[in-house]
Amino acid sequence: MATNSNFEKYKSGGTLLGNVLEWVDARFPATSMWKAHLSEYYAPKNFNFWYYFGSLALLVLVIQVVTGIFLAMNYKPDASLNAAGLPFAFASVSYIMNDVDWGWLIRYMHSTGASAFFIVVYLHMFRGMLYGSYRKPRELIWIFGVLIFLCLMAEAFMGYLLPWGQMSYWGAQVIVNLFSAIPLIGDPLSLWIRGDFVIGDATLNRFFAFHVVAVPLALIGLVAAHVLALHEVGSNNPDGIEIKKVMNEKGIPLDGIPFHPYYTVKDIVGVAVFLALFSIIVFFMPEGGGYFLEYNNFFPADPMKTPEHIAPVWYFTPFYSMLRAMVWNFFWLEAKFWGVVAMGGGVAILAFLPWLDRSPAKSIRYRGPIYKTLLGIFVFSFLVLGFLGTKAPGYLVFGQAWLNGDVIAQALTVYYFLFFLTMPWWSKMDKCKPVPERVTWK
Amino acid sequence: MQTCTGKGDLEMKIMDKLKTLLAAVLFAPALVFPAAAPASEEAHLDRAPDLSGDKAALQNGARLFVNYCLSCHGASALRYTTLQELGLTEAQITENLMFTTDKIRDPMTIAMTPADAKKWFGVAPPDLSLVARARASAGGSGADWLYTYLRSFYRDETRPTGWNNTLFANVGMPHILFDLQGEQVLGADGKLQLSAPGKLSAQDYDKQVADLVGFLTWMSEPQAEFRKRLGVGVLIFLALLFGFAYALKKEYWKDVH
Repeated sequence: MATNSNFEKYKSGGTLLGNVLEWVDARFPATSMWKAHLSEYYAPKNFNFWYYFGSLALLVLVIQVVTGIFLAMNYKPDASLNAAGLPFAFASVSYIMNDVDWGWLIRYMHSTGASAFFIVVYLHMFRGMLYGSYRKPRELIWIFGVLIFLCLMAEAFMGYLLPWGQMSYWGAQVIVNLFSAIPLIGDPLSLWIRGDFVIGDATLNRFFAFHVVAVPLALIGLVAAHVLALHEVGSNNPDGIEIKKVMNEKGIPLDGIPFHPYYTVKDIVGVAVFLALFSIIVFFMPEGGGYFLEYNNFFPADPMKTPEHIAPVWYFTPFYSMLRAMVWNFFWLEAKFWGVVAMGGGVAILAFLPWLDRSPAKSIRYRGPIYKTLLGIFVFSFLVLGFLGTKAPGYLVFGQAWLNGDVIAQALTVYYFLFFLTMPWWSKMDKCKPVPERVTWK
Repeated sequence: MQTCTGKGDLEMKIMDKLKTLLAAVLFAPALVFPAAAPASEEAHLDRAPDLSGDKAALQNGARLFVNYCLSCHGASALRYTTLQELGLTEAQITENLMFTTDKIRDPMTIAMTPADAKKWFGVAPPDLSLVARARASAGGSGADWLYTYLRSFYRDETRPTGWNNTLFANVGMPHILFDLQGEQVLGADGKLQLSAPGKLSAQDYDKQVADLVGFLTWMSEPQAEFRKRLGVGVLIFLALLFGFAYALKKEYWKDVH
């Protein structure tokens, strides 16, 4: 158990390797950490499909860090123009693609990894909502997770500026301009973020610094905190019950199995499947149909030419839809400010989920019809918001005048917030089924 | 719903639905794109033939590119040596294709500086290294766009160059290939008609443009063919890894189930 393993030391059997480990163990908690986090970390034995995405998120983080290091060796954060009239930053990406050995693979892994990160993390978060993994005593794990999500958004946003293509440039221009909507401090704030009156070389350099140093540091620290907090309280499971309630005489949960080797070998299966899907994108459709690498971003950034339609990358589009949904000036503040509030609030409200949910059962398996229905609509809303966010304003769904995308996005934004804000009432009312003592299979 | 259905059944159903939903999300772009295309791209794009792997066509495209485009447009991301991947020898490249430099490792740049180009033409002709990727849209691939564009020039005396284009209205570039295609005029019905034939028949001109576009497409990602070949190998490896990993998991989990 995590609580008493810190004093466990390795005793050498006399082999060289054993002696080395004993020497290290006398000076560093190697064996006790291995035990506390892997070989004697007892995880519920009934993890299902949804439990692959935590370890996969960690894998993608490693992919991004490693490919990022090699990209940074050849990338130049320089907005000035080279002899051919191309920005150095833009040209250095072409250089990576065509001249650096395996550069194209490193670059595609990194660009695909960005989208993969969000796919995996969205599924990981959804798992938490299915089985109530954010509920007591796992509130802090969830909050660290929300902070990781926030860091991930910042990391992706700043990384997207670096290729210095048209979408990089204008996407950053639009998003940084949003800050100017904040009353009083807005204009100086956006100026301070950009370091210039428009997105320029100063912006590119500071975004590069944030993207490769500051945010990754915060991200890795938060991931460590996320995992440490998890291992302190133990994992939730698809039944949403505490396996620590039923222990054997040694204090080992009866429904728990050591993470290593059981879940390490299981997660390798997930890794193989994930890498196959990942490879299909990287090797056969690296642009992801224009969603992972936007076509317009193959044009170099041109401050004099605004694209007709500026769309963020797909993983931001649900929140971008919420931003655009706010078209009314409330009080003395303009709509743009309320858009920023909606977009930021859409992320921030997730952090309150542990206290909004008052259902007696954690897992969807034992929750009543209200939660199942409302969660289903919530998922649908989020996906439709994401879809509409990729479209220009005034988009008509299926070309039907009565399915105006703008109005639908407004309605779904209202639903998104109401889902959370009214949760304390309906989650209590919902008719739950009795929760079992021990975990079940499927 | 309130009745005590077997929770297993219900959850399986929900899981199935969620998995379907997940698949829908992942594949939605493919379904949505064609449906959304006509709304965003009013111009119809002709489909460019896929010439990837057709070395003779790509070599011809390279020849056309060097002779017709490379005086004004650079391809600075590509080096002359890379043309060897089209089956050309160093000697062939040096003798027939290298007019802007004498070093085969040099990128395919032009002598004109962007500043001069802007002064002379009003707008600097863009570097074409990535044009075949940048011009892709919901309406068609970048190759489709280029293939349509290079066949859509017509006489327009109101323009400074004397040329206009139905796909790219008021384009700055004159019809560089007009000696091959001849002159087109825009009919009252909005359709293009050949008013003065060029050196090539309509079919032959289309073939030459297709070769040029094929080359531009190859140039935008010279490693694309290798990437796909490597991908097959990687997927075979991952299938094997999956087999071993699954067997290992089954073996370990015997005592849990």
